[in-house]
Amino acid sequence: MLDATYIALIPLLPLASFVILGLFGRKYFKNFSGIIGTTSLFVSALLSLVTAYQYFFVSGKLDGVYQKIIALKYTWLQFSPNVSIDMGILLDPISVMMLVVVTFVSLMVHIYSLGYMKGEERFPTFYAFLALFTFSMLGLVVSSNIFQIYIFWELVGVSSYLLIGYYYDRPSAVAASKKAFIVTRFADLGFLIGILILSFYAGTLDFNTLIERLTNFESSQLKEIATASFLGISALTWGLVLVFIGGAGKSAMFPLHIWLPDAMEGPTPVSALIHAATMVVAGVYLVARLFPVFALSCPAALEVVAYVGVLSALLAALIACTQTDIKRVLAYSTMSQIGYMMFALGVSGYYGEDGTGYMASMFHLFTHAFFKALLFLGAGAVIHFVHTNEMTEMGGLRKYLPITHITFLIACLAIAGVPPFAGFFSKEEILVAAQHHNQLIYWIALITAGLTAFYMFRLYFSIFWNKEHHPHGEHHGEGPATMMIPLIILGIGAALAGFVPFNKLVTATGSILETEFHLNATTIMAVSVGLAGILIAMRLYKTQNDLPERISSSLKGLYRASYRKFYIDEIYLFVTKKIIFNLIGRPAAWIDRNIVDGFMNLLGSSSQTISEEISVMQSGRVQQYAAYFFAGAMGLALLFIYIWTK
Amino acid sequence: MNLSLLLFLPLLTAIGVLLSRNAQQVKTISLVGAVIQFVFAMILLFTYRAERIAGNTEQMLFTQRYEWFSPLNIQYFIGVDGISVAMIILTAFVVLAGVLVSWNIEKMTKEFYFLLILLSLGAYGFFISLDLFTLFFFLEIAVIPKYLLIGIWGSGKKEYSANKLALMLMGGSALVLVGLLGVYFMSGIHSFDLLKLSQVHIPLEIQKIFFPFMFIGFGVFTAIFPFHTWVPDGHSSAPTAGSMFLAGISMKLGGYGCLRVATYLMPEAAHYYSPVIIILASIAILYGAFATMMQTDLKYINAYSSVSHCGFVLLGIGMLTKIAITGAVMQMVSHGLMTALFFAVIGMIYERTHTRLVSQMGGLLKVMPFVCSVFFIVGLCSLGLPGFSGFVAEMTIFVGSWQNADAFYRIATIAACASIVVTAVYILRAIGQVAMGPMKDNGHAAEMIDARWNEKIAAGVLILGIVAIGMAPFWLNDLITPGAEIIMQKVAALK
Repeated sequence: MLDATYIALIPLLPLASFVILGLFGRKYFKNFSGIIGTTSLFVSALLSLVTAYQYFFVSGKLDGVYQKIIALKYTWLQFSPNVSIDMGILLDPISVMMLVVVTFVSLMVHIYSLGYMKGEERFPTFYAFLALFTFSMLGLVVSSNIFQIYIFWELVGVSSYLLIGYYYDRPSAVAASKKAFIVTRFADLGFLIGILILSFYAGTLDFNTLIERLTNFESSQLKEIATASFLGISALTWGLVLVFIGGAGKSAMFPLHIWLPDAMEGPTPVSALIHAATMVVAGVYLVARLFPVFALSCPAALEVVAYVGVLSALLAALIACTQTDIKRVLAYSTMSQIGYMMFALGVSGYYGEDGTGYMASMFHLFTHAFFKALLFLGAGAVIHFVHTNEMTEMGGLRKYLPITHITFLIACLAIAGVPPFAGFFSKEEILVAAQHHNQLIYWIALITAGLTAFYMFRLYFSIFWNKEHHPHGEHHGEGPATMMIPLIILGIGAALAGFVPFNKLVTATGSILETEFHLNATTIMAVSVGLAGILIAMRLYKTQNDLPERISSSLKGLYRASYRKFYIDEIYLFVTKKIIFNLIGRPAAWIDRNIVDGFMNLLGSSSQTISEEISVMQSGRVQQYAAYFFAGAMGLALLFIYIWTK
Repeated sequence: MNLSLLLFLPLLTAIGVLLSRNAQQVKTISLVGAVIQFVFAMILLFTYRAERIAGNTEQMLFTQRYEWFSPLNIQYFIGVDGISVAMIILTAFVVLAGVLVSWNIEKMTKEFYFLLILLSLGAYGFFISLDLFTLFFFLEIAVIPKYLLIGIWGSGKKEYSANKLALMLMGGSALVLVGLLGVYFMSGIHSFDLLKLSQVHIPLEIQKIFFPFMFIGFGVFTAIFPFHTWVPDGHSSAPTAGSMFLAGISMKLGGYGCLRVATYLMPEAAHYYSPVIIILASIAILYGAFATMMQTDLKYINAYSSVSHCGFVLLGIGMLTKIAITGAVMQMVSHGLMTALFFAVIGMIYERTHTRLVSQMGGLLKVMPFVCSVFFIVGLCSLGLPGFSGFVAEMTIFVGSWQNADAFYRIATIAACASIVVTAVYILRAIGQVAMGPMKDNGHAAEMIDARWNEKIAAGVLILGIVAIGMAPFWLNDLITPGAEIIMQKVAALK
């Protein structure tokens, strides 16, 4: 049986390491903080593996169906007898899979940072924040309550903020961290209102109960939420779409993606962990968590997910083709791959063969974590060597960085979908699911697959081949072993993760999904599109030539638009600076000082003026008083006479 | 448990301060007094809980009643329920921290501490009073010291601010007084006894007349729109501890009064006026947040953000659901701790940089890591980050507000939710400018030292409170909910 105490340790160990390093790290553990953080995470990762083994192979199944097990539950805040925020651990195939992914990638990043961040002044702080992030992310994936997921959602947001702003004296890092937090906060507003809507009608915040009530066509809750409507759209659709907006913000889906490229201001290991492998897939995870409600009760909301996903995938791939900062290329590639996961959920059904999309999405999430983390860590090793992010200043590095080169190549092959590397299997499944469901999405996805292969190999050839740039400074070759070991381990993962039988382990219903792998037109199309992309990139970037230049100048407008990221940032800037600040903020502040407060001051000053006017009468001169007295007596006398005679 | 100790302890401290010979003695006595009050408040919390767990279902515990002026039926009548206990704990936290951060006051130390302690006396008295006359008496005691604190130890245009604050708050109390007398005479029992009055049914027509007086009167204290303009000026001129007391405690007197007196005694009118309250609260929340965004002075930032955050208190009360009212009380406690901490940090920064203008600071994290870490924490609490108290209070209010299934209430709730984004904008702008970015040299580099012991303890105490609520909100929830339930029973009886 699953023992809750050690499962609880998985998130709690990083929390402990955060508290210890955060409070005492700077003073007492200046040099050991990395070791402390890494050790605690190593134990966490080990426990996750044990949990996964126990769940998948020993006790997770009942009658051939994986169960949703509540391993632990504490009431955190009781609103009413039925509605409470609980802190709990929910084990089901996706949460267990995520436990493994998060702890594993986090462990790799912890080890890698031992070398990469060595000598940083705020080394303990860095590890404290990493641990905080890991804790929050683990808390997020095991959430048993929709408010619990929101709480950890915000916490991963803030750890991301702290880590992007790690180099706090760089204005660009400060701006990027702010942007990331505010954009995702804006999306979280949608999430919050979505939670309020769903939980109000479902009468619970508990995930399992909520899903059960909102998917059971007999339940009064579902009838009520489906009939209640606002602006002609049912409350259920509103709730789910709003929740999805929250997910889209965190997962950098169009049009809320603008923070992700800027987030690359953070240290590279952070980008690998947070902005590639784990946090940014939280949105996908959220949709997957509520997938039964989406798929069974509200296909309209699922359509939204599908189109937003595929549009993001294409747009990001187009932008990635022209960027020159290697981390930004990877950032857009992340956005594009998450788009794949999103639309895979969007095109999926719930039962049987229809559920391929769900399985494929989770599969892609799994494989993507390996090769994308690897790409970032590899990029980190390159940057560590050449001290620049610009791919135009790199070239020919394969001689200097052989390990980085090979592992990077594996990751590129994996993301391009070349068999038998990991990405091939998951992307293949996604394309199959899309083809069954929606031809438009399938074709866009196929084009994107070609673009993916192209921009990844553009990156690869520009860094490792092309014209040789002699790296300046001393030649220290490959980084230390702490940096190389994670690369090698992740490289093995990126090569082999595709062989994990996801259809048996992680499916929408929990039972085995029978899919047979057979070579058909879809596979051939997918692979050949990928190979075409690779070949074009090879022709253009393997050796130095002027072809890329000529092509970009012939595609003038399109190239520029893509290079400038389709001007989306400028649009946002216009809206926030011009509209929100100048049309709302400034007038509000002005009105407050001049009209509201002006009125108060007017009250004050007018009463003062009146009293000053009156005070003249208190002159102290007896004659004047006598005159007042006389005038008053006369006035009264006249008044009485007037009344008397009437 | 003798509740009167809550009045005698500050009184003794105040007398001790007056009798002491030098500044060192004044500070020591004040600190000892504040610590004793703090310990007493903690004991009160635990005895209160123990009584409740033992099954004591009295509405008010530890009551004491003495005749004060029998011809008018005025009594000294005190007692507490969970809501009052929560407010007392808040007061004890803020007083302790306030005494600690004022350690370096050099001008008229004795008088300064005397006034601070007098203010805390007024606040404690207010929170334990069950007789409306004594309640009003303590409300006034809490106003006067503020006038002097700002007028004498303030900065900037301090006379103007002190006048404005005192006059507006006095105006508020005048309105409250009209309301109290209305209740006294119109209830037909000629009594100021809160519990007795709550048993009497005051006719709706009478309630409709006197509720606005009382609600707006108390509302002025808690910065109800449009009577909030004393907040920015008052805070910006007040000395650090003055701001802490003002925002941390005084503004809560208003919210407590709105809830405990106005809403509890006149629930029908509260229900009748609820749309108005909600509109005013929503305006305060959003408009306050947008106005904050444009501020450049740290104290103005926190003052306007207080207007926005106190709007949540009124929103919760106006929503008239049990959860929302619980949330409103939580928000009072949370905002009290948070804003006191915020002003404390601003004071620390100001003392070192000699400026409060955000644009003149930068990269302070490098030279004063402790102060800036506190600034981060309080900022994150203010923008409603889980793990800190603000999140718990705001979410409780949102969930409670959503129970009102009417489009008007829904839109107001969504508007209030939207403020969390605006809050994030202004908080992160301030943090980004002050703590992060490249270091700016403004000629005071030598003074840029990190927090001293007294500042560290003060910040630590307040952070402890914020985190205790944020991590384990259930204890506060359990404390407040029964009190909120009793108020709601009166409201529900009408529906």
